[in-house]
This record gives sequence, structure tokens and C-alpha cells, in this order.
Amino acid sequence: MIKLQNIQKVYRTDTIETLALNAINLDIAKGEFLSIMGPSGCGKSTLLNIMGLLDMPSKGSINIADQTTHSLNDKQLAKFRNQKLGFIFQSYHLIGDLQVLDNVELPLLYRDTTAKERRRLATEALEKVGLSNRLKHFPKQLSGGQRQRVAIARAIVGNPEIILADEPTGNLDSAMGNEIMDILLQLNRNEGTTIVMVTHDESMAQKTHRLVRLFDGSQVQ
Amino acid sequence: MLKNYFKIALAVLKRRKFFTFISLFGISFTLTVLMVLTAFIDKVGNSNYPDKKRDRSLYILNMEMTGSKNGAMTKGPHSFYFLDHYAKSLKTPEKVAISSMFDFSSAYVNNKKVPINLKFTNADYWEVLDYDFLEGKPFSKQQVDNAEKVAVISEDTKKAYFGDALSVVGKYIEADNIKYRVSGVVKNVPITQMMMYGDMYLPYTVSKNDYKKDQGFNGNFSGILLAKSANDLPKMQKEYTNMVSRIKIPDKEFDHLYSFADSYFTSLIRVILGDGPNSGVSKLVIGLSIFVFLFMLLPTINLVNINITRIMERSSEIGVRKAFGASSQTLVYQFIVENIILTLLGGIIGVVLSVIVMQIINNSGLIANLNLSLNYVVLFCSLLACLVFGLLSGVYPAWRMSRLNVVNALKAQ
Repeated sequence: MIKLQNIQKVYRTDTIETLALNAINLDIAKGEFLSIMGPSGCGKSTLLNIMGLLDMPSKGSINIADQTTHSLNDKQLAKFRNQKLGFIFQSYHLIGDLQVLDNVELPLLYRDTTAKERRRLATEALEKVGLSNRLKHFPKQLSGGQRQRVAIARAIVGNPEIILADEPTGNLDSAMGNEIMDILLQLNRNEGTTIVMVTHDESMAQKTHRLVRLFDGSQVQ
Repeated sequence: MLKNYFKIALAVLKRRKFFTFISLFGISFTLTVLMVLTAFIDKVGNSNYPDKKRDRSLYILNMEMTGSKNGAMTKGPHSFYFLDHYAKSLKTPEKVAISSMFDFSSAYVNNKKVPINLKFTNADYWEVLDYDFLEGKPFSKQQVDNAEKVAVISEDTKKAYFGDALSVVGKYIEADNIKYRVSGVVKNVPITQMMMYGDMYLPYTVSKNDYKKDQGFNGNFSGILLAKSANDLPKMQKEYTNMVSRIKIPDKEFDHLYSFADSYFTSLIRVILGDGPNSGVSKLVIGLSIFVFLFMLLPTINLVNINITRIMERSSEIGVRKAFGASSQTLVYQFIVENIILTLLGGIIGVVLSVIVMQIINNSGLIANLNLSLNYVVLFCSLLACLVFGLLSGVYPAWRMSRLNVVNALKAQ
């Protein structure tokens, strides 16, 4: 489903060059739930961003869902992300000015869907994460766990094949973290969604199919 | 999609109230000034009471005489003699209206001074112009020739002098210690109609100056040439120009005479900006364009700055939108739409403010008989200005924002 070949990422300033990722090769199968672990600054998020086409590698090639991505322009990349990928962030990144339902509808705004259809799909996604009674709330009226569930609903509303989650339980206590993890596991099991999750939490990582460890930008496991 | 943008735009406006106030104040204030100015120009340029035959009239307002050897120059209205002798000799005009610029005078009612602006006219004046007579009629040629002391007064003068009297025709009104019999009462003319404004219209023959005898070219009069049809205007203008070129200047100090029969608008511009043969219209157009440009540029720059700050505050939202499928182009579109919503809101406030300001100006009596109003031309100009504002102040910030790197945008919350 996701194939990374010899990925390298270098950050350059006028005086310094930092190697964030070095020679990463990764093959993630369809329906797999993979977690990435490693100390802070080892390149986990950078790798996830590259998989999500939010950042470009300095070297190497990416193939997602049988599509080589390096030749896509801004518009094509946007469309590709919209249809194939869903994102979950540690700090939720919900739009504070919009109600829960509007936040969840967001990915559908960039597709040819009617307002009625968007509303239906967003309501369904919120039902899946158990928040059908919070449609008209604003993000600041919700707890951390609820916000992350809204973020999950937003990630799945467009029915993407891949979900990329960057420390989705990082800001939550263990009970709430477990709730979120259960939702992701269910999603993977029931819908067959491929999930790649960056985490610091060993116990969460253990629940996934495979664990990849990074250290100083290189893959060590 | 638009509904979503609208929701966001309103939420953002509510979020930073001070920024919103500054933005809206900038837009609405600029628009108010532009709209009041447009309404004023529109009133002066297009208002046609009592000048309803403007499409077949040419106006002779100011003349200029220069002496190339001694650098002498004189500029101002024409003498009665000049207009009566030369302009009336033309063949194309059907009628020639001659009238003086208004003279300040006063009348006394119950020992209270009533300021009155006197205007001296010939009899044709009443046929060239279409004053609305509320009662009575204008004075005739015969009355002018006989120097009868008759007057046409404005409705305001009637009220100030006679109070609530129903009919005043045949009654006497005294100005400068002379009694005039009222021949008619006309609807007020705003002072912006400089050539037609007056409180009391009198035959030129009753003036203390003996206009017939003074054969100088400078004086206090203006003329209106009325052609039979609009098609005759170029011919009439040419005839006037040819006639002027043949005139011998009696005063040896001067060797050039500039006098033009222009359209209404050009004649007004020539008074202010005219310079010898140049009417000053091009000067006005350039000057006005620079003024409007600078006037709009300052709030636009202000808005651009505020918009950049506002947009950069929303970098997390930009990152999320990009991650979930918005292209840079879509985001530019979104932010421009949001900005246009903001400027249209400012526009609505501007329109309301303009109506209030116009009411204040109209009621203050600052400019006699002026009645500014919001019309379609003014509304169209304002709407256009709003859109230009919205686009100018939204495009650059939107473009800058759309270039944001997603990862950096998401980090900067």
C-alpha cells in the first residue's frame, strides 16, 4: 500500500545541514496497522509527513496505492491527499471557529459532494466515534478525548484507504488514550483501513501489527 | 462551500474585534467620503433643474484675455455688452439666455435682515431654462425693455419675506430700498447650479449699472446658447469659436481673447482649471484619478497588513485544509471570498454612513438648496470600489498564505 525506497531528508540552513532521515525503506501492506517509535527528534514525524505527502523527501521515492507521487503538482497532490489519506494530529488541529459537524465535513468540501450528502457522511462519521450528540458544539466545549474523536471522524469521513496518526494519544490520559486506540483498532479491523501511527507509548505500539523503530533518522527495527 | 467560507469569515471577524473595527472603519470611512463626493459631483454635473435642455445648450462662463508683450492677463465672466452684441449675433442659436452672477443684497422684514441673492437676466433666460413656477409667470421682453421693476422670487424668499401667505403675485418686495412687484415664484435652485441660482430674479435693465453703455468685455454675466436640436451643437460651437477669433480687442493691453461655448461640465471645469485655450478637463481627470488612487491606496495597504496578520494567525487552519485536500488555488479563492465578505460588510456600513452624512449636509443648509441623495450611479461606484478593495487587499495576503509549507503551518499554532 505504501512503499518507501531509500528515503532521505536533509534540512539545510546557511551554515548547517541536518540529516533528519537516512535511507529509509519501508513497505506497508494494505490493511496493516504499523506503529513508529523512537526518541524525540529521531525523525518519526518527518517520516509520517513524507508518507502523507505533506513534506517532500530530499532523495528517494514514494509509492502510495500504486501511484508514484514525486511527479504530482500542487493540485494533484491536494486531490490525492483528499481521496487516499486521512490525518490525525497530536494536538487535534480542529478549526475553533467551526462547529463539530463543520469540522468533520471539511475534507468533503474539496470533493464534488452536495451539502446534504456532506452532512449525512459527517453525521455518520461522528456516530462511529460516539459523538452524534455533539454536532453543534464548538471544539473548545469538548474534552481532549472528544476533540481527538472529532479529529478521527474528520480523518475517516472521506473513507480514505490510509490513516496517518501523529501521536494521537500523546495529549490524553491513559483512559482516553485507550478509547482512541480502540477506535483506531476497530477501524483497522472492520474497515480494513491501513493505519500508520507515530507514538511514544510502548503499550499502544504493542497493540499494532508491526513496530518500526527509528534512531537518529535511521531505521533500527 | 460558500456557506462554510461565510461562517468562517464571520467567526474570524468576531474573534479579533479590534482588527475588525479597524478594517471596517477604514473601508466604510473611505467609502463614505467617496460616496458623498460622488453624490456631490453627480448633483453638480447631472442635476438638471432648471437646466432641462442641456443636451442642446452651450454655456459661456468665463473669458480670458492675455497680452503677450506685457504679460497682462485678465480672467472672469463676460460683460453684458459682449454677450448681447456678439453671442446674440450668431445664427445657429435659437435663443441666448444672459444672466448675471448672483449679487448679494438684503431685504428687511419687520426690521429683520433677510439676505437675498439678486440675479439679473434677459427675457430669453426664462425660455432657455425651465423653472418650475409655483405661481405667476416670468417677466416679459417688453417688461425688460421698459425696465419695469418686476421680480421672480424663489419659494424660500417668498417664505422668508411673506411668511405663510398663499399667493404673493402682484405684491411688492423691497431690496436695496427699491420696491419690486412679484411676477412669479419659482421652485428653489441649489447653489451648486451656479449659473441658475438666485433668490430674486430681476430684468437686467433695472440694475443700477447701465449695462448697455459699458462696452468693455469683462463683466459679471454668463450666457447659454440654445440650439434647435442637439445635432446643431458642433455647428453652433464652431460658429462661436469663429466669431470670437474675429473679434478685435478694444483694450490695447491685450492681444489674445479666449472665450468658449462649452458643454455644461466643461464650462464649469474651465472656470476652475481653464488656462487659455485649455479647458482643464484633462487636468481634472488626472488630478481626480491620482486623488482617488491615493485615497484608496492608504486603507488598502492598511487592510493588506491587517489581513496578513489575521491570516498568519490561522496557519494551523491553513495546514489542516491543505492536509485534507485544499490546493493553494482553492485557499487563495477562499481568502479572497472572505475578504470580499469583509469589504462588502464595510460597504454596507459605508452606505448607511453616507446616507446619514448626506442627510446631515442636506439639513445643515451648508450649501443652499442642495439635496444630496444616494442614486444608482453612486451605489454602483461604491459597489465597484468595495470589490476593488476586497480584491486588492485580499490577493497578496492570500497568495502569501497559500505558499505556506503545510508542516510549518501545522507546527505554528
